[in-house]
Amino acid sequence: MTEPREIGVDARMTEAEAGRRSRVLMKGNEAIGEAAIQAGCDAYFGYPITPQAELLEWMARRMPELGRVFVQAESELGAINMALGAAATGARVMVSSSSPGISLMAEAMSYMAGSGTPMVLVNVMRAGPGLGGIGPSQSDYFQATKGHGHGDYRVPVLAPASIGEAMELMATAFELAERYRTPVMLVADGILGQAMEPVELRFRNPERHVFDWALTGAAGRPARIIKSIDLQPEVLERRNLALQHKYAEIARQETRFATECMDDAEYVVVAYGTAARVARSAIEKARARGIKAGLFRPITLWPFPTRELARLSRHVHGILTVELSSGQMVEDVRLAVEGRCPVAFHGRMGGMVPTPDEVVGALKALSGKVERTREREREQQQKRHSGLLEDRTGGHRRATEAASRERTQGAEVGVRAGTRGGGER
Amino acid sequence: MTLNPNPELGVRAAAPRLIYRKPDVLADRSTHYCPGCGHGIVHRLLAEVMTELDLPAHTIAVAPVGCAVFAYDYLNVDFVEAPHGRAPAVATGIRRVRPEAFVLTYQGDGDLAAIGTAEIVHAAARGERITTIFVNNGIYGMTGGQMAPTTLIGQRTTSSPLGRDAALMGFPIRITEMLAQLPGVTYAARGSVGDASLIGKLKAMIKRACLVQIEGGGFSIVEALSNCPIGWEMTPQQSLEHLNGPVVEAYPLGVIVDRWVVSQPAGAGSAGAGSAGGEAPAPAAGAGPEA
Amino acid sequence: MECSVVFAGFGGQGLLFTGQVLARAAIKDGLEVFWIPSYGPEMRGGTADCTVIVADHPIGSPVVDQFDAAVAMNLPSLRKFGPRVTPGGLLIVNTSLVTSQTSARAEINELRLPCTELAARGGDDKLVSIVALGALVGRLGWVTPESVRAALREISAKKRPEIVHTDLGVFEAGLEAGLRVTA
Repeated sequence: MTEPREIGVDARMTEAEAGRRSRVLMKGNEAIGEAAIQAGCDAYFGYPITPQAELLEWMARRMPELGRVFVQAESELGAINMALGAAATGARVMVSSSSPGISLMAEAMSYMAGSGTPMVLVNVMRAGPGLGGIGPSQSDYFQATKGHGHGDYRVPVLAPASIGEAMELMATAFELAERYRTPVMLVADGILGQAMEPVELRFRNPERHVFDWALTGAAGRPARIIKSIDLQPEVLERRNLALQHKYAEIARQETRFATECMDDAEYVVVAYGTAARVARSAIEKARARGIKAGLFRPITLWPFPTRELARLSRHVHGILTVELSSGQMVEDVRLAVEGRCPVAFHGRMGGMVPTPDEVVGALKALSGKVERTREREREQQQKRHSGLLEDRTGGHRRATEAASRERTQGAEVGVRAGTRGGGER
Repeated sequence: MTLNPNPELGVRAAAPRLIYRKPDVLADRSTHYCPGCGHGIVHRLLAEVMTELDLPAHTIAVAPVGCAVFAYDYLNVDFVEAPHGRAPAVATGIRRVRPEAFVLTYQGDGDLAAIGTAEIVHAAARGERITTIFVNNGIYGMTGGQMAPTTLIGQRTTSSPLGRDAALMGFPIRITEMLAQLPGVTYAARGSVGDASLIGKLKAMIKRACLVQIEGGGFSIVEALSNCPIGWEMTPQQSLEHLNGPVVEAYPLGVIVDRWVVSQPAGAGSAGAGSAGGEAPAPAAGAGPEA
Repeated sequence: MECSVVFAGFGGQGLLFTGQVLARAAIKDGLEVFWIPSYGPEMRGGTADCTVIVADHPIGSPVVDQFDAAVAMNLPSLRKFGPRVTPGGLLIVNTSLVTSQTSARAEINELRLPCTELAARGGDDKLVSIVALGALVGRLGWVTPESVRAALREISAKKRPEIVHTDLGVFEAGLEAGLRVTA
């Protein structure tokens, strides 16, 4: 399925049109695997689990073909620790699993974060808790962004919303891992893993660097040690401070998000991954029913686009967060919004996916609530003030709305490159 | 430490002869190990073997969790720390991307025979071309002397204060014999640091295990029975007597399996190959499938 | 334009494959497409289904509540998806297995086809889902028949070149049936 197809290109066809027709149908799991391979992945370690088994199978076939390393480990513990060993030598390494397996990997992730070992981990999320089910889910948001293993650490978390984007982000994941010497997580869900979409076979192989930390045998140099242990509190605190400094830098440089239909939006749906696609359909429907809705889609779940969302929250009437969970990212949304506007939530669990109509319903409920509140406030103001004052208030509100439209215009996809005060995280 | 001939005394001096030298790969610092502990001896043997086989420059070693967690401070080779019990998986990862490296894990009995059983069994089953030095002192030393899977029946520890009761706490595991069942295991042997002669035999085992890896054999493991005077609440002397008595009774010494077929004619390959085999103690009766 | 179809039936009826043929044809027509199977244990025995969404713009929601078209190759599938066809939509029922039951919905177009017989006429009575695809394309025209033929040639040429001819024959039988019958 990976090889480019031969097609009879009509001479009259535009280049873009020809490009669209030359796309290849790929399954998410396989596309992620192939993107990793094309990004120069040297070694893959895995263990079978639904709904990511096709990724393991793809690597089992492709990696040996290319003379690269594939090992089916005895467990997810085995897989990620093999990755730890391979990554310690400077190899470009990847591991994948689904939620229950990711839980088992938490230990080694903490070690890798602590010792600065780069690695890419893909979680094709399924519904929990426990063995749960195999349906699509986003219920590992907390796990991915707020902890996973023990200790004060973070890992960059990338959340694609399409198979094409997942392929692009695989290269980014390796880049971030090596640039910052950190594990990086890419989270998809069962739908992205199992679905097929047309993709362009466009790949990126990030530049290779010689690492001054990699274990290669101590020939002609002092021996190197990769470790996380430091039994002296003073030393360990310094190590932790260095980590936090790194995380602040990642937050400044690597925050990614995308927006759609934000130019005149009064209501914003915040969603990532599959939920963002549902939201996209819902926004169209909502607009047809007179609700001016837009989409704010975090691409990095950590670092979370806190600043951008905060700015947005000053101009809109309300925010609806949609997730395939009981409401996890919504906590970060609320932290970013700091009460500047109402934040509502709609989610489904257990492998269920919200429909666009459900999201439209939630948007209607939110807008109705906001309108009622505004109506009440207006009535109270009318009671308190003279008719003269009321005119001025209305005029002020209209001016604010106009300003908000101006400020949010033009935002489409953002990679934060500006400066930002440290310690926000 | 050479004798300095003194002509005034009329003593006829022997030609200077080197009888002791610290291998360079052994770091110039004192260890954190308790007085009388056997880890230092095993480190030293490993350092000697690595030096003799010219291994340090291309060794990548994996440190465990346990007393030997700081092994990287004492052996001047590249080291990566593994989570508790996972050293064989970590070593597998290294082996697969670095076919030319000499890959070593150094693990204790809590690390290898309890929390890390899955990893060691499957690395062995895959016939992973790595060498494991397994130091078995029958106790969790680092955390304060708790019962290990290898603790003897009746042995008192801080977590078996009345002695290990098989009915409640099960039986000691002879994990090296278990591993020896697997065809992926090329060499498995058990030695001891109990006395000078045993230490010499242990060194020969370690050397052969390393040679198996160098020569392209599969998984090799040497279990080194060791003492833990503090954990056992004994003087160093008592602990050695205990080691050479009940411990060796429970864990018989010897080569458990040796499936290594020397690929090159004698003398053409590494000089140590034949002699290492010759020095190894005879296989313990009935210990392994091929013994 | 954004249209959705579910192919549902027994495992072994070639439904996932047929959905992929449609998806590839859509790419050839320069359209956007999304193919999603019901995955996991459901794949083993029982019903197997996949949903294909075809659109002329980037596809949003991968989850479909109401389908513009449904292919029910057996009774459980008819019961499951018959009620979920959008009013005015198309329901294709395989009467080789579902002889008397209908959706009993006047507001949808129910196209009843003896898929096994039609497939046999095309050359292989096992290719029942290709018949349904032919009828779907003939009736609704989301993708061009040329693109479907090209997709069939491409897939079969790679895996089983000897059956390309049969695949195409069966597709034509379905296409004709879709074009001919007026509901």
